Amino acid sequence: MTGLKRESDSSREVMSTGRKVQQFFINLVLFLLAAAALAPFILLISSSITDEGTLIRNGYSFFPEKISFAAYEYLFASGIKMVRAYGISILVTVVGTVISLGITSTMAYPLSRKDLPGRNAFLFFVFFTMLFNGGLTPSYMMWTRIFHIKNTIFALIIPGLLMSAFNLILMKNYFAANIPGELLEAARVDGAGEFHIFCRIVIPISTPIMATIGLFVALGYWNDWQNGLYYLSNRMDLYSLQNYLNKMMQDIQYLNSGRNEAMMANLQGMTMPSTAIRMALSVMGVIPVMVLYPFFQKYFTKGITIGSVKG
Amino acid sequence: MPKTSHKGRRLKWKRMRPLYIMMIPGTLYLIINNYFPMFGIFIAFKKIDYSKGIFASQWTGFDNFRFLFATKDAFVITRNTILYNLVFIVLGTIAGVTVAILLNEVISSVWKKLYQTILLLPQLISMVIVAYIGYAFLNVENGFLNNSVLPLLGLEPVSWYSEPRYWPFILTITHLWKGLGYGSVVYFSAILGIDRELYEAASIDGAKRGQQIRLITLPLLKTTIIIMVLMSVGNIFRSDFGLFYQLPLNSGALYSTTNTIDTYVFRALMQLNNTAMSSAAGVFQSVVGFIVIVIVNGIVRRVDEDSALY
Repeated sequence: MTGLKRESDSSREVMSTGRKVQQFFINLVLFLLAAAALAPFILLISSSITDEGTLIRNGYSFFPEKISFAAYEYLFASGIKMVRAYGISILVTVVGTVISLGITSTMAYPLSRKDLPGRNAFLFFVFFTMLFNGGLTPSYMMWTRIFHIKNTIFALIIPGLLMSAFNLILMKNYFAANIPGELLEAARVDGAGEFHIFCRIVIPISTPIMATIGLFVALGYWNDWQNGLYYLSNRMDLYSLQNYLNKMMQDIQYLNSGRNEAMMANLQGMTMPSTAIRMALSVMGVIPVMVLYPFFQKYFTKGITIGSVKG
Repeated sequence: MPKTSHKGRRLKWKRMRPLYIMMIPGTLYLIINNYFPMFGIFIAFKKIDYSKGIFASQWTGFDNFRFLFATKDAFVITRNTILYNLVFIVLGTIAGVTVAILLNEVISSVWKKLYQTILLLPQLISMVIVAYIGYAFLNVENGFLNNSVLPLLGLEPVSWYSEPRYWPFILTITHLWKGLGYGSVVYFSAILGIDRELYEAASIDGAKRGQQIRLITLPLLKTTIIIMVLMSVGNIFRSDFGLFYQLPLNSGALYSTTNTIDTYVFRALMQLNNTAMSSAAGVFQSVVGFIVIVIVNGIVRRVDEDSALY
């Protein structure tokens, strides 16, 4: 027994050969997986900085024979549309996230209060939206025919993304678990009203959940292309970055299919993105998220964890 | 006595009133965004005539559904949706659990963090970007596979965007690539929740790492795995619209292996203007999906009541 104990102690100090070999293989597998996860991004980037002639000869590749930044120069020189799309994306993300956090937290707080009359009915009202939905067709008809948001900026902000039952429940659980009842009671004794308590006590001590949910909502807005696809049929000036990228890909496909010669002739005045520019475009779409990733990674990982175990 | 309790109730109502007022914006949003469209499923039982308006259009009972299920599409989209989900669930779970266990074995905390960070990267990007990545690999003239990989293996170039048979693999690989980080973080955090003392006791008793994984980690992960799998099964009638629409670049030649209920509903509505088919398929998805979720949630409640949706 003592011998065994001593052995496990020493193995903690100096790794045994078996353990070292084991570590080597575990790290090897994970290293290869990480490389595989990263490879597509590297292909995008290296393709975007490959010389056009090399691309046409060798295709997209990880190790360009000849490097050229012509694609980016072209993008920045003629990139008014893209700058605009960036602006729309930032606007939609900021406005959407702020409103979303506002209406989610103001609804989550009352729901976190066990003494709220009718709480269970409200909770069921929220839960049911996770179980059943009307689907795309009725939603589309409602937003376009009743609320007339088609081809307006509201189409990128309001449908679907503003609040989800899931985020609401996560926030409600956080409030219920992290706001001490005594604190609320003390504020009440001091004569503070509910709204005052919410602004001055609940929100300040809830920054971690606000940051986590805010991050996921912001990513949802930044990466959304579906609302633009559904609702922006003739307002290309309202395209977000994702809609712009999506449109570019559709145009490339359309030209490649070569079916419509009239369309080809029509587009001749327009310089279509060449082989490298396609990839430079998508790199521009990835960069903002990648640059910010180190700063929000903590909240991202945490959000995945609390989301999976429901608070 | 009754007078004071009446007064007490009024006082309480006065206190609580701000809370109800705070809930107004969120409640309104859910009513409009989620509940209105639920009532909109009646569209599937009408023959929509825009000149008369949606409400005045003629009722047709189950005609739209009869037409839908008379097409070959109904079978293909249902089959694709369910089969892809099953494959994604099985492979995604195995991959996620395996990576989580491996991550837990890594001694160096720097590498551990680095692996997690990189594996989560694909999760951050939109499906539009994924479509560009796919295009970089699969494009017929310039694609990496046709230019660099296939020649190396002595194979002829493949016209990827018009050959349906490759797509079950392409879609599955892409899904795993995008989702692996998420899955492994979920299971890894579950492993971190396991009491360390169990492992110490086991190693004192001479259990090897492999035995510890088999006898401690996996049994204690069982509940998490079951819950995660059941939750995914609950969504078996829903597909990732972005994956199935963007990655194949909406290519008509690939529909036999890439069309799912969600892409069908979208195309019927937006590209064919066929409200009848799109709303019928949508209602089919919502109703069957609802039944599946309710059943699955019942099972989840039996496994672990705290994890149930309601």
